[in-house]
Amino acid sequence: MATSYEVNRQKEKTPVSELDPADRAKTFDEVALGYTEEEAVAEARRCIQCPNTPCVGGCPVGVPIPRFVEQVAEGNFARAYAIVKSANSLPAICGRVCPQETQCEGVCTRGRNGEPVAIGRLERFTSDWAFAHPEEAAAAMDGLREECAAGDELACSIWRGAEGAVSQDLAGKRVAVIGSGPASLTCAGELVKRGCDITVFEALHKVGGVLTYGIPEFRLPKDLVQREVSKLGDKGVSFEVNALVGKLYDIDELMEDRGFDAVFVGTGAGLPSYLGIEGEGLNGVSVASELLTRVNLMKAYQFPEYETPVYAGKKCVVVGGGNVAMDAARTARRLGADVTVVYRRGREEMPARAEEVHHAEQEGIKFLLLTNPVRILGDESGWVSGVECVRMELGEPDASGRRRPAPIEGSEFVIDIDMLVVAAGSKTNPLIAKTTPGLEVTPRSLIVADERTGATSKPGVFAGGDAVIGAATVILAMGAGKRAAAGIGEYLTQE
Amino acid sequence: MYPIERVEPLNAEVTRMVVRAPEIARKIRPGQFIMLRIDERGERIPLTMNECDPEAGTVTIVFQAVGATTMRLAQLKAGDALLDFAGPLGNPTELEGARRACVIGGGLGTAIAYPQAKWLHEHGCEVDVITGFRTKDLILLEDEINACSTRQIIMTDDGSNGNKGLVTQALQQRIDEGADYDLVLAVGPVIMMKFVAATTKPYGIKTLVSMNPLMIDGTGMCGGCRVKVGDEYLHACVDGPDFDGHLVDYDDAMRRGVMYRSFEGAAREAAEGRDCNGGTDGERKGA
Repeated sequence: MATSYEVNRQKEKTPVSELDPADRAKTFDEVALGYTEEEAVAEARRCIQCPNTPCVGGCPVGVPIPRFVEQVAEGNFARAYAIVKSANSLPAICGRVCPQETQCEGVCTRGRNGEPVAIGRLERFTSDWAFAHPEEAAAAMDGLREECAAGDELACSIWRGAEGAVSQDLAGKRVAVIGSGPASLTCAGELVKRGCDITVFEALHKVGGVLTYGIPEFRLPKDLVQREVSKLGDKGVSFEVNALVGKLYDIDELMEDRGFDAVFVGTGAGLPSYLGIEGEGLNGVSVASELLTRVNLMKAYQFPEYETPVYAGKKCVVVGGGNVAMDAARTARRLGADVTVVYRRGREEMPARAEEVHHAEQEGIKFLLLTNPVRILGDESGWVSGVECVRMELGEPDASGRRRPAPIEGSEFVIDIDMLVVAAGSKTNPLIAKTTPGLEVTPRSLIVADERTGATSKPGVFAGGDAVIGAATVILAMGAGKRAAAGIGEYLTQE
Repeated sequence: MYPIERVEPLNAEVTRMVVRAPEIARKIRPGQFIMLRIDERGERIPLTMNECDPEAGTVTIVFQAVGATTMRLAQLKAGDALLDFAGPLGNPTELEGARRACVIGGGLGTAIAYPQAKWLHEHGCEVDVITGFRTKDLILLEDEINACSTRQIIMTDDGSNGNKGLVTQALQQRIDEGADYDLVLAVGPVIMMKFVAATTKPYGIKTLVSMNPLMIDGTGMCGGCRVKVGDEYLHACVDGPDFDGHLVDYDDAMRRGVMYRSFEGAAREAAEGRDCNGGTDGERKGA
């Protein structure tokens, strides 16, 4: 394979420095410290520049991965950033929270014999580097544009990404973006590039959606999220916080009274699911989003300096096997609890990222797999005192392709606890659906939208992200936001 | 920022505050609430609307300084501003169709019961208002309620206003007198609402209660405000805050209500130690 550098044949990823697990259990500081320049170069040189570039196909927003990795390998970090940023508007975030192992890294050629190239860590490295070197990063973006103007084909193919998903001039058009999570921020970012006048409406007091209230500080520092948001603000995107659409305004009012030409709904999947077992109302039992909202949005881990408190017990069970369960478990651990994750299927079936499970284990979190809670027990004052669980065994695959767990009769046992967190998934808030006549939704309140354009059944209204597909990932939401921006561009210019 | 236009003490414990929030004033209805945050370190606390003036663009809240946040709120003056003020949240109270209603307010709950009584009165409903307080110095909104009720009965625990007793006694008496209510609405301490519902139940009178559980986001996200209604837990923020008084599990609500009580002392101390720059959980909308 033709590489401009000598390929690093090392089979394993270049290790990344992390906070010591023992220290981590006490701090909300970010766990992964990121690559140094030397480490980044060494890792980038593990890429063999294979011609079929499966990684690009594995990326929901199509980052030209070999192109930016090549630049890192050469030590051209500014240029590497310009290439990543062209296709991905939130690289510092994606580099941290994307499930790379099932996307770009999952299909990496190097992964067939050893570990894949650490594309996620390299993406994070380039964006963190750019944040520390803003002028060089900006100059590299300009450079890319100039090379394209001068007719360089490769530069042009990359620059087209930077120009955005929207090809039409949208000056004078006004779009309301509802919700301020990854789908919305991406959609707003793409539209503002074409001069569109954008207002983002956020129900909470802080912008960022799940990036702000959901994903913990130790995985995604909130300063970094606000930095990305303020960049959009610099480009001219307006933000209205404390604005719950469906209550303060409905979509028809936004379009008719406030004069928006189109609306993007990126309201996510914010309603918690429960286990539906006895004892969920006991004190000391919460859903993950309560724990995470108190800690992330309200900074309860700094109580009483910040005024929102958070209850933390000494012995906690977290029920669930997804990333939210890992976030909740690691948060409870940092608040001082001894934590056990209870999950009804096996390790293989856990939807959480392998890295999150690994980090959780390092931090002393225990896993009880093939175990399902059947009843939550309380003491006489109504506080949780235990959870009765049953052992499970895996049977035939179900509709999702995962083997269906079934309880083993007579295997019930009780774990003594004083805190239980339910992380059993989330549903779409039905508020928009209820208050928007003409908007088609599924029986589960998911908004029905065209996969390619994000168009809904209501003219001028587009949707994407978890509000359409149910709880998924940041990067899938971003992909949907980007496609919807293109759909909105088309819609606004065909009128 | 949301400028505070007027602040006035209604008694030694309760403050009325008029906040400029034109968009909310345009939309908010009796029974709905707002969530406010004083400043960056502040908690989000829910407060149910007391009055709104769409023309003036203001929303009035009434609160009792019981926890760190409301104590801090009570120290703010006209000309100050709140960092966050979000609403309208929750569902408006279903008042349509009532012909003979009894609106019951316990303590601070009177401030929330008031807009309901006013709405009913303005829509041609005969309205009795029964309120209850510990003592006569704490009586709230007597003149305002007089102006929008057919009959106002004020009870005090100590009899200092010459009318000793509980709101439920007054309610029972009115029912016995043949008041023939088609709607009873109760806003106040959970224990009061529990006994109001128990009073009306034998007569099958439709009874709505305004629940005031712990709440964090107010938009349906955190599940903190779960209220057991019948066999299921519902979210006060999106399913309520009003529920069928005959279905609410009040004992469950009281138990959940104390969950964060142990944090209150620390929060108040921290708030005082920070030169009136602090506050906490514990105080919630309504009584």
